[in-house]
Amino acid sequence: MSTFLLLTITGLGLGAMYFLIASGLSLIYGLMGILNFAHGAFLTVGAYAMWFTESKLGGVAVLPRFLLGALVGLVVGGVFAALVELFLIRPLYRRHIEQVLVTVGLALATVALVTAIWGNDARSVPAPAWLGKTTTVAGAHIPNDRWIEIVTAGVVLFALNLFLRRTRYGLIIRAGVENRAMVTALGIDVRRAFTLVFALGGVAAAVAGVLSNVYFSTVDPQRGTSLLIFAFIVVVIGGLGSLRGTAGSAVVVGLVQQYANYYASSGLGDLSVVLLLGIVLLIRPRGLSGSFA
Amino acid sequence: MTALLQVQDLHVYLGESHILQGITFDVPEGGVTALLGRNGVGKTTTLRALMGLVPSRGTIGFDGAPIGGAPTHKIVRRGVGYVPEDRDVFAGLTVDENLRLAERDKEPQYELVYDLFPELEQRGKQLAGTLSGGQQQMVAIARALLNENRVLLVDEPTKGLAPLLVTEVARVLERVSELTTVLLVEQNLGVVQRVARDAVVLDTGRVVHIGPAKELLADKPMVHRMLGVGAAA
Amino acid sequence: MTRLTGLRRWVVPAVALVALALVPQFAIDIPYVFKSTINTPGTLQLLALCLLFGGLALTYDLLFGFTGLLSFGHALYFAVGVYVTCIAITKWHWGFVAALAFTALVGVLLPLLLGAVSLRVGGIAFAMVTLAFAQAGSILVFKNPHKWTGGEEGLGTDYTKLPDALVGIFNTKNLYWVALGYAAVVFVVVQWATSSSPGHIWQAIRENELRVEVLGLRPYAYKLMAFVLASFLATGGGVVYLLLLGGATTEVTSANFTLTLLVMVVIGGTGTRYGALIGGILYTWANQRLGDASSSHAVSRLPNVLRTPLQQPLFVLGVLFILVVFFVPGGLVRIGRLRRPRTLQRLQEAMQK
Repeated sequence: MSTFLLLTITGLGLGAMYFLIASGLSLIYGLMGILNFAHGAFLTVGAYAMWFTESKLGGVAVLPRFLLGALVGLVVGGVFAALVELFLIRPLYRRHIEQVLVTVGLALATVALVTAIWGNDARSVPAPAWLGKTTTVAGAHIPNDRWIEIVTAGVVLFALNLFLRRTRYGLIIRAGVENRAMVTALGIDVRRAFTLVFALGGVAAAVAGVLSNVYFSTVDPQRGTSLLIFAFIVVVIGGLGSLRGTAGSAVVVGLVQQYANYYASSGLGDLSVVLLLGIVLLIRPRGLSGSFA
Repeated sequence: MTALLQVQDLHVYLGESHILQGITFDVPEGGVTALLGRNGVGKTTTLRALMGLVPSRGTIGFDGAPIGGAPTHKIVRRGVGYVPEDRDVFAGLTVDENLRLAERDKEPQYELVYDLFPELEQRGKQLAGTLSGGQQQMVAIARALLNENRVLLVDEPTKGLAPLLVTEVARVLERVSELTTVLLVEQNLGVVQRVARDAVVLDTGRVVHIGPAKELLADKPMVHRMLGVGAAA
Repeated sequence: MTRLTGLRRWVVPAVALVALALVPQFAIDIPYVFKSTINTPGTLQLLALCLLFGGLALTYDLLFGFTGLLSFGHALYFAVGVYVTCIAITKWHWGFVAALAFTALVGVLLPLLLGAVSLRVGGIAFAMVTLAFAQAGSILVFKNPHKWTGGEEGLGTDYTKLPDALVGIFNTKNLYWVALGYAAVVFVVVQWATSSSPGHIWQAIRENELRVEVLGLRPYAYKLMAFVLASFLATGGGVVYLLLLGGATTEVTSANFTLTLLVMVVIGGTGTRYGALIGGILYTWANQRLGDASSSHAVSRLPNVLRTPLQQPLFVLGVLFILVVFFVPGGLVRIGRLRRPRTLQRLQEAMQK
């Protein structure tokens, strides 16, 4: 039972990271029709910005150093994503294939640049000691970072939902996912919403980057790319452009991965996720959920 | 006096098809101008080109200034309202949200809208996707009426509606035409007869007739030749 | 494109083939382009890799440019050629010919099976399923079942099972000819296939799948045909890669490997006679030479800001790729033509369905 609980909480923690990456991917795809291969780069850039900030604050106490690093990570991730939209995506307006190609090039180039500057090796990211300890719940020793991951993803989901339901830009984004042309035909410059979803997606990916720094307690150039593939799977299972579906499928994917790794055999978790995707796509080619938010 | 909307030698290509082959017509200020023709002759494409929703060649003058090639949202902000074919309401948004999204002016005219469509006030919290076709059409027209427009482009508002609702839509169009200029695509000649002052007839991407609507509709053989229908109800 | 008829369309390729076949016979030095004279093993090895990737990029273009199928899993079928052959030889101690026959069998059956499944969906969903299957292959290689794949370490080939003529540094010219032969075979097959009647239907599918259906043809069967052919040719490329490199490495299974194929095809020009071939050759050459250049004297004297990014060829190539997408929308073979090629327009429309 305690093992099951540990696996469940860890699966949820992993699912939380998948959700953070996938939510941005899903919003961007839903609104703009772009499969954003550079999304992993947003994560990597955010994660490295955090590590870099922390490494420059050697004399500062761990907690403020950690928090400041995380904050810088989020800002850098969001700004980077917004700049990508403005300078690389926007000029190719209405050329979706080229836009996707540019994100592919950007993904390759960013990882290479990070490797060139900071090397291929994993760098350790300092975090408050509490995160490295465990809390005992019903006999299971749960690493504390899992709680942070789950709570953060929950807060982001809640905030995104609030934003989409209560603000005018949220309204524009939800409408744009349904029918972009009709939004412009109401006199709205939908391109501003494009920059916004990139920035939001970049911040969410950077949050995932910060959390992955905590989860693995290190950062390396391949981090974004390896998580991105699972985020793609999450997005497709959840239905492209659906936030609620994305959250649900992130949890399912995280759990399946953990359970299969433990109860079947190590390494089988990843395979079963791929299998899950295959099954879902063949049964319901449009993904599990079709509606948005 | 120059016309409010002047279309000159407008061409639209979609893929390999030459949909509009150089059409020219004017929409004078005030009243309803009907754009008629058989299915597939390019009526909807004409409206979409005027809205900047499909790329086009030629000149489009609106209120004395060229709007051809401008982005859709800028065209709209000059005072062009659009009620698309098949309504295109946002199914996942509530009626209120659909209307709120359409707000452009500082003081959106909710009084007018709710006066014309009292039902929309009661159904504000309902998802637009769950409305009947007639109700969705009301939302689509209401979205355009919330703001002060110089011209409304309305695409087949009676399509697929029950006879009672068709009359209702015609009544609304009459009201609207007192407030603003309307360019109306319509298959139901009864509605055209009731509301339109001028008529422009298209055939396979070309303008084949321009004149007062009543005269055209009175000439049964001509109607049959150009529109391929008897002058129905 | 003007349609070349009969023999004329083969003149240029034939001349190029003969010229390329003679390369190992001449000690020509081309400064900057190659480190040493063209008949030295080092340069021949690079040229062989270039030709191999030229051919491989063409197999990818058969799907992407000619049929309008955006696959993110092409690496899988290349990896089959690399790993299955290597495992059969090294772990199962089979003879070379038996290993090749088995690899060929897998190279037909696997894409037939996976293609039959993934082609049931289209557009983005197809891209994702192919990515997922390829990812499954990659995971399997890393998992190292029965210690067959060597996991992260990769797997070296048992040289004793290979034909003597293909082993050792003195036989690099033979390997070069094998790679040239591969590129030539792929080129001929792709030419022949795309001008055959199924080939015309592939292009019709790319242009407008619905119309093909209206004509009473089943696009599914034709797409599967293209998928199996392209995958099988890629598997052949994997075998050549194994011979050239003498072992299997995990990177050939990665999603990034497929992405680099996409980059090659787009740089060269999609859906054209020579585009993908040229793209693959140039990309591979640039990748290698940029790597050499980063350790060269000239680069080491550059200021840090410039030197650091130049150490990573992939950075330079990624940036170059973005520039090509922006400024040479049709790829290098369509240089000078400003209009966006129809291929990309069609692909976009297909994706949005």
